[in-house]
Amino acid sequence: MIRASKKSTETPAGLERALRRLSREKAPRTLLPAVLSRVGLADRYWRLESPLGPVYVAHSKAGISMVSRASSPAAFERRFAERFGRPVSAEKAVPPASVRALIRNVKGEGRRSLRFDLRDLSEFERAVLYKALEIPSGEVRPYSWIAREIGHPDAVRATGSVLAKNPVPLLIPCHRVVRSDGHIGQYSLGGSRAKRRLLEVEGADPGLLERLAAEGVRYLGNAEQKHFCFPTCGGIDTLVLTNKVRFSSEREALAAGYHPCADCRPLPVAA
Amino acid sequence: MTITPCSRTPNAPKSYATRSRELRLVISGAQQRAMQNAEASADAALAASLAEDLDGNFESVVRRFQDRLFTFSLRLTASREDAEEVAQDAFVRAYRALKTYPAERVRAMALRAWLYQVTLNVARNRLRKKRHPTVSLDGDDAGGARAARQAHDDPSVRPDARFEVKRERADIATLVAQLPDRYRSPLILRYVEGLKLEEVAAILKQPLGTTKSNVHRAINALREAMTESRRAGVR
Repeated sequence: MIRASKKSTETPAGLERALRRLSREKAPRTLLPAVLSRVGLADRYWRLESPLGPVYVAHSKAGISMVSRASSPAAFERRFAERFGRPVSAEKAVPPASVRALIRNVKGEGRRSLRFDLRDLSEFERAVLYKALEIPSGEVRPYSWIAREIGHPDAVRATGSVLAKNPVPLLIPCHRVVRSDGHIGQYSLGGSRAKRRLLEVEGADPGLLERLAAEGVRYLGNAEQKHFCFPTCGGIDTLVLTNKVRFSSEREALAAGYHPCADCRPLPVAA
Repeated sequence: MTITPCSRTPNAPKSYATRSRELRLVISGAQQRAMQNAEASADAALAASLAEDLDGNFESVVRRFQDRLFTFSLRLTASREDAEEVAQDAFVRAYRALKTYPAERVRAMALRAWLYQVTLNVARNRLRKKRHPTVSLDGDDAGGARAARQAHDDPSVRPDARFEVKRERADIATLVAQLPDRYRSPLILRYVEGLKLEEVAAILKQPLGTTKSNVHRAINALREAMTESRRAGVR
């Protein structure tokens, strides 16, 4: 029992163990934000007007990192920190005109030249979002279209959940992606009503889209050119339905001798 | 005949406890090596990603090394406040240096050793300034007051630590921080941070033999300091 009363650090091994124990310290939480802001890598945000009311737009050196509605700047800062684990502070410099214009009227072009900071996302998630970026203003595409176009035709559900968590809505227009049956569906930035509002602003007709979906119409065919499209495809004037053939499936359109449109690609189109 | 579990058989060569202890040692050795390898390749991957995109990946560097660099600073300075500032300055300096390096150099970097080196330099500069404080001529002893306040704020020197283990740990930490720099740095790198002697020598830019003997002397110096402090009844 003499050994037990001896201090453990008096043996060489005991001393080494005691020294090793000194290594288990956690850095204070203030360290990371302080470093990032001192080297100019901290995220900053603007409060901008959108068709859905004010939104907060955060950006880092890498690009736009988040767009969100929030009840107050503090609420936005909290949400940002929860999602990314890093701080965000108000930006004093004015936003680029392109960003302000795109947020104010979502239909503007130029979002493809914006840089986005999607560093926390997986390759699949980025592929989904960048594909949504390709949908022109005034048009919509189903989730299944995105999944197929990025080479994961079976990942329709996964595509839907990536879009539901889109960190930069409005700028990456996930509101232009609808349910595979043609219904408008849900929207992360304020529900289906907000989604319909955005589509109206962009010149699509959400009421008409819902009616067509309810009738089971998924494609419209052009009888002269013998091709079929998604109802909002720029190649078809959706407001003039009189000359359009209605199809409820790709198979039906193909059987009638129609080809998939090369612009909206309801089916893969051979180059 | 009944079958007995082998650990209970009287003629089993080793008891179950002995074998499992041996087994654990074997596993922990292999595990440790595997962990070190995994860590080294993760560091290399991080260096490669920094070469590619410094701004996009620097945050990962801070996240990965902040605990280690903070602890290292804490052991060098024995003050949490100083340690946070040292670690912060070290990351900022590292970022600015990386900004100026060509991509090939960043990719080939031994990131961990380099970060320790940067931190050590920042801490040394700071400690040098602290040990020779400038005394203002109008008699305002701001420096002394600040040092006293820091000593008060520092949990490692607060006398109300409740548990024996904790008190002993704090004492060792204080004694380590009081060693002369030529002993303190190699001792912390080798035994607190657990680096290989070769790495320690590289960080300190010393021949391996010098590092080896300094580590050895550091242990002796620390042991002496502990005996002395015990004798003086400081604990």
